[in-house]
Amino acid sequence: MTTLTLRTKRRRSALRTLAFLSPWLIGFAVFFAYPMISTVYFSFMHYDGFKPPTWSGTKNWTYVFESYPFFWPALRNTLWLVVIMVTLRVLFGLGIGMLITKIKTGTGVFRTLFYLPYLAPPVAATMAFAFLLNPGTGPVNSILEKTGIPAPGWFNDPDWSKPALTLMFLWGVGDLMVIFMAALLDVPKEQYEAAELDGASAWQRFRFVTLPNISPIIMFAVVTGVIAAMQCYTQPLVAGKVASGVIQGAGTMFEPGYPEHSTLTLPQLVYNLGFQRFDYGSACVVALVLFALSMAFTALLMRRRGGLIQAGD
Amino acid sequence: MSARMPEVVRKAAFALTASTALLLSTTACTGQAASGASDDASKEQTITFWHAWSAPNEVKAVKALVAGFEKAHPNIHVNVVGNMTDDKINQALRAGGSKAPDVISSFTTNNVGKFCSSGALIDLNPFFKKSGIDPNTTFPKAMNEYTQYQLDRCAVPLLGDAYGLYYNKTAFEKAGISSPPKTWSEFEADAKKLTIPQGDTYKQLGFMPDYHGWETTTEHYMGQFSPTYFDKSGKSTVATDPAVTDALELQKKLVDDLGGFTKLEKFRSGLGDEWGPKHPFQTGQVAMQLDGEWRLGMALATKPDFEIGVAPLPVADDQADQYGKGYITGTIAGIAATSKKQNAAWEFVKYVTTDTDAVVGFSNAIHNVPSTLDALKSPKLTYDPRFKTFLDIAANPNSTTSPASVNGGVYLTTLQQLGYDYESGRLTDLSAGLKKAAAQIDTDIAQAK
Repeated sequence: MTTLTLRTKRRRSALRTLAFLSPWLIGFAVFFAYPMISTVYFSFMHYDGFKPPTWSGTKNWTYVFESYPFFWPALRNTLWLVVIMVTLRVLFGLGIGMLITKIKTGTGVFRTLFYLPYLAPPVAATMAFAFLLNPGTGPVNSILEKTGIPAPGWFNDPDWSKPALTLMFLWGVGDLMVIFMAALLDVPKEQYEAAELDGASAWQRFRFVTLPNISPIIMFAVVTGVIAAMQCYTQPLVAGKVASGVIQGAGTMFEPGYPEHSTLTLPQLVYNLGFQRFDYGSACVVALVLFALSMAFTALLMRRRGGLIQAGD
Repeated sequence: MSARMPEVVRKAAFALTASTALLLSTTACTGQAASGASDDASKEQTITFWHAWSAPNEVKAVKALVAGFEKAHPNIHVNVVGNMTDDKINQALRAGGSKAPDVISSFTTNNVGKFCSSGALIDLNPFFKKSGIDPNTTFPKAMNEYTQYQLDRCAVPLLGDAYGLYYNKTAFEKAGISSPPKTWSEFEADAKKLTIPQGDTYKQLGFMPDYHGWETTTEHYMGQFSPTYFDKSGKSTVATDPAVTDALELQKKLVDDLGGFTKLEKFRSGLGDEWGPKHPFQTGQVAMQLDGEWRLGMALATKPDFEIGVAPLPVADDQADQYGKGYITGTIAGIAATSKKQNAAWEFVKYVTTDTDAVVGFSNAIHNVPSTLDALKSPKLTYDPRFKTFLDIAANPNSTTSPASVNGGVYLTTLQQLGYDYESGRLTDLSAGLKKAAAQIDTDIAQAK
């Protein structure tokens, strides 16, 4: 009798726990588990979105890795953005945050000035940058030419298109600046005072006091930056379209990453394969590559030795 | 002192990464197959028509077209839904349902191959036969071609676009040129005469030959050389068809002769965009322009300070007898396989695409080229006399189009990529490049099948 009561209590307790967990469980199943399983499933199927899917083995994987001409350029560009652009954004965001926390007057004004660009809609911001950096008529190149500095082709030059994109992302660094400012202001002042008493230089104070205190925030900035860079779609697409001059409406033929594939990113391929080529299987392969890359980068950054999180953190 | 990153935060970061990456894949991987139905077209009913037009005058024209149909068929009412993009149309064709369209129209002619091969749009051949209409004698040849794939006619032309040559008559007179060029040799000479350099740029450029010069795409150039693109077995012919080589070489020669790729690209990057009032032909910066019939109205609206001339595009020197032809494409209409009212839908499609007065009225309102041979000759057509050039191009049996393919316009993208490489000088061995392009096209098609 006692055992039965205990069992009933445990079952009720389990059901209650399950009921409380159910919103998350349902969300996880619908928005994570099902898409994950579907993506893996469709990556092995021939599926055009109209006819029922049919088994195609590793054909889609072989096609993407060996025959789809845009995969490797897009992968290279995406990795470039992940490594270069994310690093520069974090450094720039931290630098601006440190500067603004140091200045005595006008903090509010500078904080607003640096944060405002982050609020600009991506399409509008990209179009504005394409206008500013237009090699023929843009004001930036006009100034450079007047001062005798060689003017780059920016979005029209395959060597400069990604640096131009990076420049634009640095302009919109307000989000990182704000979180770095909060983290920097949260570092206990007594630690700086103690370090000063011990004769620590400015660099040593930064290295041994500031950095350890804000390392979780740097970690957050890098991980979210890597994810954002992996998903980078709108800005490179708009920049390429505006610079190429081919801004068409419906029926636009896919132009992969003008100029010379240099602004092509993996998310653009997901759209191209799935919605323009009706090859959902191959689109799923690229999506899984993106997933694997995101996981790999996150694991690399979070490993206990050699990553951004140190042992004991 | 070191900061702590709890285990739970680490796991949350993993979950965040996984979720965001997978959101992309979620959108790419859903859908189901379609099915057909039979119905009585004489019954009182409502069908749904999705189209992509969005400008106020276009929406008004569609309403007038539909009103004409409802007057002729009082028992069939049409629920019109405008501004529908291809993605939405494709999704609706996949999913079906009570709110899905019975009839769709799309600007993306390239998708006909996929619509037909997948069965998303039904084959209209039996309907044409039942109605006693012969598509071969109803529609211009090129339009007839781009609305079917491997004898499956799943689409019908619903107005078309014809490409021709716009030229600045005032600049022509100043340069001592009396008439528009008829062959590419004449064209090249005229383009050079019309080009006025200014430092490292141009005061006036005779012609912008770069593939990014808006409508100067590979298929529009090639249309003047009548390429085949595919053989009877469906294999790419771009490596063996001299028309493709000729077109690519012509463009490259124009690029080199008019100042070189780098100089032309720098000039182009400073020009106005294709759809704005600062289009370089309209501003007089470029004296000749390859463009569609819509440019005439757009150019006249900006009140340019020169006289606009219109002519067919030149042809190859050894095809002078075919002068007058051009590249043709256009909007297509079709009936969804998921529609339960296909007979009623056919009545609507038949009316809007084959009724001469309906087609003429729609053409007059939208300023596109009519898509039936009778409408092209109709005295009810109202147009600027120069627009007649495009009507003639559309009716010309030598006019060309790019054939439907199972994976949309992928083969055109491949060719365009080769064109970019060739015009910029990155590709020097054209023959090898074309062989590689042909192999890529065949691989892409095999992947899509």
